[in-house]
Amino acid sequence: MNYELSHLRALEAESIHIIREVAAEFERPVLLFSGGKDSIVMLRLAEKAFWPARIPFPVMHVDTGHNFDEVYDYRDRRVAELGIRLVVASVQESIDGGRVTEQTGPRASRNQLQTVTLLDAIERHEFDAAFGGARRDEEKARAKERVYSFRDDFGQWDPKNQRPELWHLYNGRHRRGEHIRVFPLSNWTELDIWQYIAADGIEVPSIYFAHEREVFRRDGMWLAVTPFVTVLEGERPEVRTVRFRTVGDASCTGAVDSPAATVEQIIDEVAATRLTERGATRADDRASEAAMEDRKREGYF
Amino acid sequence: MAELLRFATAGSVDDGKSTLIGRLLFDSKSIFEDQLASMADASQRMGLGGTNLALLTDGLRAEREQGITIDVAYRYFATPRRKFIIADTPGHVQYTRNMVTGASTADLAIVLIDARKGVLEQSRRHAFIASLLRIPHLVLAVNKMDLVDYDQGRFEEIVDEFRSFAAKLDVTDLTFIPLSALEGDNVVTRSANMDWYEGSSLLHHLESVHIASDRNLIDARFPVQYVLRPHSEEFHDYRGYAGRVAAGVFKPGDEVMVLPSGFGSTIASIDTFDGPVDEAFAPMSVTIRLTDEIDVSRGDMICRPQNQPIASQDLEAMVCWLTEASSLTPRTKLGIKHTTRSARAMVTGIHYRLDINTLHRDESVATLSLNEIGRVSLRTTQPLFFDEYRRSRETGSFILIDEATNATVGAGMILGES
Repeated sequence: MNYELSHLRALEAESIHIIREVAAEFERPVLLFSGGKDSIVMLRLAEKAFWPARIPFPVMHVDTGHNFDEVYDYRDRRVAELGIRLVVASVQESIDGGRVTEQTGPRASRNQLQTVTLLDAIERHEFDAAFGGARRDEEKARAKERVYSFRDDFGQWDPKNQRPELWHLYNGRHRRGEHIRVFPLSNWTELDIWQYIAADGIEVPSIYFAHEREVFRRDGMWLAVTPFVTVLEGERPEVRTVRFRTVGDASCTGAVDSPAATVEQIIDEVAATRLTERGATRADDRASEAAMEDRKREGYF
Repeated sequence: MAELLRFATAGSVDDGKSTLIGRLLFDSKSIFEDQLASMADASQRMGLGGTNLALLTDGLRAEREQGITIDVAYRYFATPRRKFIIADTPGHVQYTRNMVTGASTADLAIVLIDARKGVLEQSRRHAFIASLLRIPHLVLAVNKMDLVDYDQGRFEEIVDEFRSFAAKLDVTDLTFIPLSALEGDNVVTRSANMDWYEGSSLLHHLESVHIASDRNLIDARFPVQYVLRPHSEEFHDYRGYAGRVAAGVFKPGDEVMVLPSGFGSTIASIDTFDGPVDEAFAPMSVTIRLTDEIDVSRGDMICRPQNQPIASQDLEAMVCWLTEASSLTPRTKLGIKHTTRSARAMVTGIHYRLDINTLHRDESVATLSLNEIGRVSLRTTQPLFFDEYRRSRETGSFILIDEATNATVGAGMILGES
């Protein structure tokens, strides 16, 4: 025995440690689940952390109402398998209740509105810790965020005033009304996620694999033709073989041309790609140089 | 099987640190086209010529606007042999705090030196922090060799000067590499411009440096994190102690002792979701079941009866103070977190403050302020189960928490019982 762990098992051990630490030190944690590959891996790690016991906290889906059907199906099946409670925080309800105003026009997206729905739900359910699937390799503001990311009463992140995080000693102390966002996948990369999905045989929603879909070109990305987007004049829908690299709101998540039909083919594709997943597929990050930082400061995922 | 190597880089922008990281990421194909395009855009807007690779790591708005780095940034790249996590820390004098943070989990540290300037106060400070944090491997990267005509004499001068300083430190593995991050000499491949240099390129060194034996595999330490009691039909009487092995190796059948109770038992099995394992070693996260029903809870420590940690309420440590909002003084009361155990601590004495540039011990001081490091005695409200930091990083480290603001204000490395 050489007492060596592969990088995937070392990352897994670190994430499980973080998840258990939160369960032990917080009163009301919740795991934010989007149905995307990162939250799927995070949910699997939570399952591993407490096996053979059940995951001791609920899962919350912030639902824009504009998700792909495959994602809802996957979510409901997984939650039933694990026997855990699902909390749905609905952006539609935030709109109906007058908490947010729906954007108008053909480029309207509910992505930004999620922040209010998320913060309202955290407050209503008195959650004191919320697990998120964000990774530091995704985006430059995230590269500087702690594993335990402190949020004040308004859910705000203050990047210049973060708690130093040393060794594996996490400081989760907070006052009532404040909460901590926890990112157990901080040190994982997109490639690690896919390698782990392959190694553990984890099922992911079918839209991650190559399929034929009616799409049109906008802002250099392929957007799916769905009831949630308006095809503008001059945009010509066509059927192409595509897959999604990220799964988010259908109105701002682009597909990529891809023949990758298996996890192994996706790994080869990700290893060879020359674009980051957010650069390739997320209209929300293209708004400005610091789009993610600005949204995070307000309380976004 | 690809292994994980965590390394910290220290140096200022002037040393070419960002260029070096940029080069490692670029040559390992870990910088993407959209990141390059966005950096090129930003460089142009800021009126800089070319593409400033520092913009890759300086992600926050304030950093971009002021051209400074304010925090530890984490970067990732992989080669077929290893996956790397870089903790990129700014090098300015006021950022000791950041380097301590970035260095705390690192297997290796790269300290950058500008070949024209030689060993500066800052380089000595970085090397000292790396040794204080017990980073097992230190690389002194002598950069900008192209600007000194790849001169072997200049390189050796720097090596000699640094070696004589490092002799005062506790550094076990010290490697010197002459390179040019800008030109790519000795970064990924051996340079044709320095055929007098017989060592590895930096990347080859990072890929091959032996880290498996850096871990403590002798002192079995398992801080209990969480007690698992499923209460399900299938696992009716199951009672497992979940945690992460901090040091040493555990096997089913091992005789163990639980602190603080002192009760003995035997390991019945070591469980994971993927099935039981024959051995658990650091840093594995597992669940231990014992043959006896004894009272064990979070914060307890499972160890071997013949090899126990020190159990004490009085300890001595090197403490780095991390906040400008307050200072550490005798009788200061703080929260302390050590392994999975939380308690309160009171400062019973400050023995000296260390000048991290000269290593001089100033015994006349009675406080530690932001970025200062000193030898401190603490008394805790409950016993902690600890080892010397130099022997075991996981059971020899703690953080101090301000009980009024909840901020993390101190980082401690245990020297022993006081």
